[in-house]
Amino acid sequence: MGTALDVRVKRAGKVYRDGEILSGVVVITSKDTVQHQGISLTMEGSVNLQLSAKNVGVFEAFCNTAKPIQIINSTIEMVKPGKLPSGKTEIPFEFPLQMKGNKVLYETYHGVFVNIQYTLRCDMRRSLLAKDLTKTCEFIVHSLSQKGKLLPSPVDFTITPETLQNVKERASLPKFLIRGHLNSTNCVITQPLTGELVVESAEAAIKSIELQLVRVETCGCAEGYARDATEIQNIQIADGDVCRGLPIPIHMVFPRLFTCPTLETTNFKVEFEVNIVVLLHDDHLITENFPLKLCRM
Amino acid sequence: CYFLRHARSRNYVSESEVCKLESVPLDFGDYHPLKPITVTESKTKKMNRKGSTSSTSSSSSSSMMDPLSSVLDGTDPLSLFAAAADPVATAPPTDGARRKRDKDENSAVGSDFEPWSSKRGEILARYTTTEKLSINLYMGSEKGKTTTTGSAVSEKVRTRLEELDDLEEGSQKELLNLTQQDYMNRIEELNQSLKDAWSSDQKVKALKIVIQCSKLLSDTTVIQFYPSKFVLITDILDTFGKLVYERILSMCVDNRVSLPDNFSPESVNDTAKETCLNWFFKIASIRELIPRFYVEAAILKCNKFLSKTGISECLPRLTSMIRGIGDPLVAVYARAYLCRVGMEVAPQLKESLNKNFFDFLLTFKQIHGDTVQNQLVVQCVEIPLYLTLYSPAIDWILQCIAYHAPDVLLTEMMERCKKLGNNALLLNSVMSAFRAEFIAARSMDFIGMIKECDESGFPKHLLFRSLGLNLALADPPENDRLQILNEAWKVITKLKNPQDYINCAEVWVEYTCRHFTKREVNTVLADVIKHMTPDRAFEDAYPQLQSIIQKVITYIYDFALLFSVEKFLPFLDMFQKESVRVEVCKCIMESFIKHQQEPTKDPVILNALLHVCKTMHDSVNALTLEDEKRTLAALINGFIKMVSFGRDFEQQLSFYVEARSMFCNLEPVLVQLIHSVNQLAMETRRVMKGNHSRKTAAFVRACVAFCFITIPSLSSIFTRLNLYLHSGQVALANQCLSQADAFFKAAVSLVPEVPKMISVDGKMRPSDAFLLEFLCNFFSTLLVVPDHPEQGVLFLVRGLLNVIQDYTWEDNSDDKVRIYTNVLHLLSAMTQEAFIYHVDKVDSNDSLYGGDSKFLAEINKLSETVVSQILDHLKTLGREETLRRQSQLALYFFNTIVAHGDLRNNRLNQLSVNLWNLAQKHGFADTKTMVKTLEYIKRRSKQPEMSHFTDLALRLPLQSRT
Repeated sequence: MGTALDVRVKRAGKVYRDGEILSGVVVITSKDTVQHQGISLTMEGSVNLQLSAKNVGVFEAFCNTAKPIQIINSTIEMVKPGKLPSGKTEIPFEFPLQMKGNKVLYETYHGVFVNIQYTLRCDMRRSLLAKDLTKTCEFIVHSLSQKGKLLPSPVDFTITPETLQNVKERASLPKFLIRGHLNSTNCVITQPLTGELVVESAEAAIKSIELQLVRVETCGCAEGYARDATEIQNIQIADGDVCRGLPIPIHMVFPRLFTCPTLETTNFKVEFEVNIVVLLHDDHLITENFPLKLCRM
Repeated sequence: CYFLRHARSRNYVSESEVCKLESVPLDFGDYHPLKPITVTESKTKKMNRKGSTSSTSSSSSSSMMDPLSSVLDGTDPLSLFAAAADPVATAPPTDGARRKRDKDENSAVGSDFEPWSSKRGEILARYTTTEKLSINLYMGSEKGKTTTTGSAVSEKVRTRLEELDDLEEGSQKELLNLTQQDYMNRIEELNQSLKDAWSSDQKVKALKIVIQCSKLLSDTTVIQFYPSKFVLITDILDTFGKLVYERILSMCVDNRVSLPDNFSPESVNDTAKETCLNWFFKIASIRELIPRFYVEAAILKCNKFLSKTGISECLPRLTSMIRGIGDPLVAVYARAYLCRVGMEVAPQLKESLNKNFFDFLLTFKQIHGDTVQNQLVVQCVEIPLYLTLYSPAIDWILQCIAYHAPDVLLTEMMERCKKLGNNALLLNSVMSAFRAEFIAARSMDFIGMIKECDESGFPKHLLFRSLGLNLALADPPENDRLQILNEAWKVITKLKNPQDYINCAEVWVEYTCRHFTKREVNTVLADVIKHMTPDRAFEDAYPQLQSIIQKVITYIYDFALLFSVEKFLPFLDMFQKESVRVEVCKCIMESFIKHQQEPTKDPVILNALLHVCKTMHDSVNALTLEDEKRTLAALINGFIKMVSFGRDFEQQLSFYVEARSMFCNLEPVLVQLIHSVNQLAMETRRVMKGNHSRKTAAFVRACVAFCFITIPSLSSIFTRLNLYLHSGQVALANQCLSQADAFFKAAVSLVPEVPKMISVDGKMRPSDAFLLEFLCNFFSTLLVVPDHPEQGVLFLVRGLLNVIQDYTWEDNSDDKVRIYTNVLHLLSAMTQEAFIYHVDKVDSNDSLYGGDSKFLAEINKLSETVVSQILDHLKTLGREETLRRQSQLALYFFNTIVAHGDLRNNRLNQLSVNLWNLAQKHGFADTKTMVKTLEYIKRRSKQPEMSHFTDLALRLPLQSRT
């Protein structure tokens, strides 16, 4: 029927890095010839900060961080005004992904209060009679590998009633001893988080053991800031009353898009933590928190 | 009166000399019928057809290649194959070759590996329940619980990943109170909706369905159904795994060339890899452990697209992931699934199989932990029953491990099992999964271990049953054999529950039969009888009892020995339900027919088998299917044929008489008996060399009488006719002339009863072809039957002709005339001075009448009548629609005259010319046939005394169609 516009990048995974050339094609399909006023392609990259409900108001007055921060923005004119033949027309393009000056190309990240997104937008302007056509396509930016070797930072942990904080009635707690270790809290984002956990003893039956991946997003400036922790995913590693003394593997793959290397800028911060959550049969909930440092190698 | 007076006189001896095939002297030195044929040049030329391209002129060309000979040129494929295989068989295989073979064995699962599909049905049949089941396809409430964790979680935020857990927005579905069948149907529906979702490109929905299904595996309510549930749900997972794999594989198709089977990850394109990776990321984010495990295991094979080592890295990780599953039953089935997938995708990775088993052993103590025990109390399930739920999974894991495993490994496994307390469950699985040879060699150890097992745990009879199954397949050391039997039977005989007992005994009977004499077998059978008789317990155990009989007759097929096992017949008495009883009898008879080489007269065998056959026969009633009757009759016939009293013919006959009274309801048996008795009569004749004494003559008459009174009881009219004829021939051969007459008269009087249609193989067919065939046969016999002194000349022939005359033939058939034409053949043969054949020691009409003119006149009169009948009939065929038939009949009659008539007679000559013309008159004659016939006449004219054929040929014009 009408005219269809599509933007396709070359790589199947749509993943690009700083300094690489983003190439692809704009595909226009139409049964008839297409009259247009020019086709342009825009590459945009921006950080969107959103203030969480509880902070809005207190904050809004002081500083205006809610405005998107632009990382990259460039437009090229692909086709001058004219006609396109009927059928399928493919127009190749190339964009160098190059930052000017000291600016950094942040990695794509989809969070709750912080969003870092890169898009390619193709616009076809048309005469008054026909609507302009627009097609956007997200592409993904991975930051360059960090220099230097990642130092593993293993953590051993022991959880007993005594190690817990925030306990109201310590006496009513059943006795338990859970040991374990994380192989490293400095994690390569493409590698899973690994470790082991042993339920050495537990008076009460265990219902479930879970790994909760949490993002901690901080928005703000010198005047004040908002810090929010939200769950990204929850992975169960034990279901039911597991065998005592048998090591259970801790294994969690970091989800793409929802995690990025730990990021700290003047305006915002994105950090990650993992909680080991043990749920007992009598609905006691035991949580042990570990801050993580993610990086890309 | 023109025909018979002018019947051509024949000299049969000289004619036969002329007609016989020329005998060709053979050089037997290198003659073989299948050898390549060498054709000499002169013959080649003669045989060369027009247009043949062979233009060879070599003197011994084999240009006329026989298609068979080319195959046999030199060596045939089989011997070639054998020759090629020989060096391998004789020479020791080189190390390289052996290593390669070993590698092959490792990398692929051979046909000796019992596949899952064969276990599947067994499990579904065994683990059933009458309790109500439920399917819960929404677990949203649980998620609500976990989101109230310590760290602040904003509830309104729901990422896309979390949504994966719901089948569809708000489609909470809980199905309660399902019967087992409902449940299975539901699961099948889910399987179908998975396929539908997939084919309609709703991949995410498909994934959701699979996740929801695998969640059901974490539910252990109605625990006795769990193994079956596992089977049903893993079917869905298998479907899913296959769909994903094939989808990604189809993305790899490049220029319509699909990937080879053993592709490397480098040849997979980026899009396919990305899709594959996406699946793994999605699955890695599934919240719950059990679905995450099952779904990832289901698509394990897809790792092949990503990296070479993918599968070998995944398997250990998935293996240790199972440690997180708290319920030991759920965990062990998860392990079984992983082993199953592992064996399918990467059978060479044995390490994780072993790891799975060792991990299971580590968690073994959980089975007796509080959590499990409490659950059993709630569900009212006894420990022994609960333990048997583990068997399919452990059996499977051990089977995977034991496949082509060295003995050392198996020994290690066994040792590990021994170390655990109450290891009956493991012991049982070891016995069902490991190689029978391995188990058999250590039978005594196993018996020791079984004895030490805790009574309250895994049922002991199952252990003995498993051991027995192994011993049925492999032999234990010679010295231990008796002790094994004694030890085992000591326990088996103490089993109280008849079902447990018979399940065990059934298996051990095979071992006993295999290694011991009839004494032990007898003892075992006696013990079975003793256990199964009280309270008519045998009624619930027919399949097992039947299998016992099967095993006994498989091993003891010498029937003299078999029936000397005293308890064998009493054992048969336990089969009181008729259908089962008949089945057993059939087995016995089949075995007898298969194994009995020599005819027998052993009274024990005869008595017993007669009894068996009688049982089969007595089961026949109005409702019995034809097929069943046929089977039974064939078995009984097989038995009758194997009975021989040697030279004691009278005993033999009385046996037949007895058999007749016993098996009167099965016609095929009666037919067989008549044939047997006829054979007996002929055998007597052979022994007496044709000269019967008074005694043998009386005996033969008794045989004939037997047949004569038996035949009328048959219902099939053609069987009766043929038997009358056949028995008449036998009677004639034994010089019982009046008896033979009686048979033939009976046959003649039966002909009018032949119906128009008869049933052949269940279909109604016109009977005329059969009748025609029978009558021709009958007439040929009547040639040699001498006339009865008190009856008129040729009274049998006349009688038969009268019957044929009166028979109501189909309106539009020429059968009657065809028979008349054939009767002319007979009549012409009867006018000869010496008949073409005779029965030894019986004077036929040729010697009785000696060519008497009155006799010849009678024949002439007869033939005159017949000929006029034929001509009358030909006239009636003058109508438009019957002209074709007229032409055919005319030619048929013409041929008869040419063959049998003396054509020097002018009237006959004229008749034949008329017939020839009649045949061609209306253009229905087949030109080819006419040409051939004329050629034949011309050829005949060249023979001595046949010169008049030349004139005849001149008088026969050929009419061309154009």
